[in-house]
Amino acid sequence: MHTFHDFITSFWRESLKTFKIMSRNKMGLFGFIMTLLIILISFIGPLLWPPETSANVAQINKGSSPEHWLGTDFQGQDNLRKIINGGRDIVTIALVTGVLSMLIAVVVGSFSAFIGGRVDSILMEFVNIWLTIPKFPLLAVLATVLALKDVVMLSVLMALLDWPALARQVRSQVLSLKSREYIEAATMLDLGTPRIVFRELLPNMMSFIAISTIFEMTHAIYQQTGLVFLGIVPYSSANWGVMISAAERRGVLFNPQAAWSILAPMAAIVLFQLALVSFARSLDEVFNPRLRTGV
Amino acid sequence: MTTITTSQTTPSTLWSTIQKIRSSYLWRRLAKALFSIWLVATITFFVIRAMPGNAVDILIQELTAQGMSAEDAKNQAAALMNIDLDQPLAGQYLDYLGNTLRGDLGHSYKSAGLSVTDMIVQVLPWTLFSVGLALLITFVVGIALGTIMAYKRDTWIDHLLSNVAATLDAISPYLIGLLAILLLGLTWKLVPIMDMRGAMSPGIKPGFTLEFLTDVFRHVRVLLLVYVLSSIGSWMLQMKSNTVATLGEDYVTVARARGLTDGRILTAYVGRNATLPLFTRLAISVGFVVGGSVLLETLFTYRGIGFLLARSISERDYPVMQGVFLIITISVVFANLLADYVYGWLDPRVHIMGEEN
Repeated sequence: MHTFHDFITSFWRESLKTFKIMSRNKMGLFGFIMTLLIILISFIGPLLWPPETSANVAQINKGSSPEHWLGTDFQGQDNLRKIINGGRDIVTIALVTGVLSMLIAVVVGSFSAFIGGRVDSILMEFVNIWLTIPKFPLLAVLATVLALKDVVMLSVLMALLDWPALARQVRSQVLSLKSREYIEAATMLDLGTPRIVFRELLPNMMSFIAISTIFEMTHAIYQQTGLVFLGIVPYSSANWGVMISAAERRGVLFNPQAAWSILAPMAAIVLFQLALVSFARSLDEVFNPRLRTGV
Repeated sequence: MTTITTSQTTPSTLWSTIQKIRSSYLWRRLAKALFSIWLVATITFFVIRAMPGNAVDILIQELTAQGMSAEDAKNQAAALMNIDLDQPLAGQYLDYLGNTLRGDLGHSYKSAGLSVTDMIVQVLPWTLFSVGLALLITFVVGIALGTIMAYKRDTWIDHLLSNVAATLDAISPYLIGLLAILLLGLTWKLVPIMDMRGAMSPGIKPGFTLEFLTDVFRHVRVLLLVYVLSSIGSWMLQMKSNTVATLGEDYVTVARARGLTDGRILTAYVGRNATLPLFTRLAISVGFVVGGSVLLETLFTYRGIGFLLARSISERDYPVMQGVFLIITISVVFANLLADYVYGWLDPRVHIMGEEN
């Protein structure tokens, strides 16, 4: 327990230091704040501005106006309010898929690296073969046949399909760290595996883990919108992906008046993905001092 | 030493063939490719046939709901999927593998009587053409821009291209496709999106005529643009960092000291070494682009294999879905194999070391 507590405190200290370095990179800071803002709005926003329940026939497919900043959709509902209410699914999918697939990848990848030998080579052979299979068609077929109803189950399926690529990266990270002098010293001092893993290995892989998780998150968002477009994920709840494909199905692409209805949710998704990616890139700079500019 | 003694003690030709295959890079890669195809075929079979609430059961339910007797529905489903439902699962699985090997993928459930193989043969060339061309363009342009970024490091052109590349890289292909339709078709009215549906206009005869080729290009151009835009970002960034790393190598400094021209250093020293690692990414990119084709071909109503997969999914046409998915996987796996062979040919170290790393 002691080592775990140490890990948490050192993690907290590192986070503070990280934030200081990050605030020097404007794009990274923008990404970080934007990500937090989108997550907050997606979870708190619906409580303040609950979704509209009825259609408004007088206000169909209008552009931006003082009452409706982002215009109205094919049902005459306010686009901004729909966007506030449509973020939760997307954020949940991104977080669950990202964290879960990374968790599996860290466990399997470091296990593989530590055990070595035949287990390692069989695992990696499997991963290499898995990587040649096109994931999105596989996901589409599996999601169709399994007929998943809720967001978390879909995220679990995506994580199960996506972890092998991450596991291979984790393995090579662990292998390269394992041969570093400070880890070898810790091993020779016989500090115990938990201490080596939590105090020496994981903190040094934190940047890599965070960045890969974030990229997996953007990937999950992309896959989810794709599944919605193909009509595989049911229209049970409003989310940005559903808004886009509903607008597309209503022929909004050929009606200049209604462009707001498709541009608004697209902007929301792109903004979230861009925020995540620029946050990840700045993390890279934080953890890899050689890349720092203007310091 | 051990290999010599084994081959002496076991003179059987079969054993030496196996040894030869094990030691040959080309054969080992081929064996792996075949294994991944088998893996996918098996996964699809068990997902579609063996899981609770599987596709065959749903198919039978739908057919009975249409007023067929239970027995007839079962026979109909079995005929469509090309399996004998009275056999144990293992037998069905072997039948399925055998049929697939013979190129018999069953019959469509929604488009009555069409064989899945025929449907695929009709659309596959269009996808191979569009995706292949897109990959080629992306690769060449991405490498050129990446090299420029590296050579003009920290100038405005590098900052501009880097930001464009990072942005394009972050946006999913599907959204780029929607944006292309909105901007090119609707706002700027540059291309008639409605007339571009399909892979070619009706009434035009395929052949090496100028009319046919221009028509094909007219239909594919926006799709190509979207493919290129959606994957070029990562190529540019990767090529830039490879080139920057190569420029710092000792042999480049030595080449400069020897007074070689910049052009020669770029082509013979920097370019070759910086491009090499990208060939391994080519394989990953094939899968990514083909995966994106499911969405983009549907968005642009381009009748390729991705379009067929999307349609079979929305119609819940399981025999077609299973067959198309298998063919997509086989194409990607073989594209990977090809990329590996090209890489092995360009970088002989891969052969010698095998795949130990």
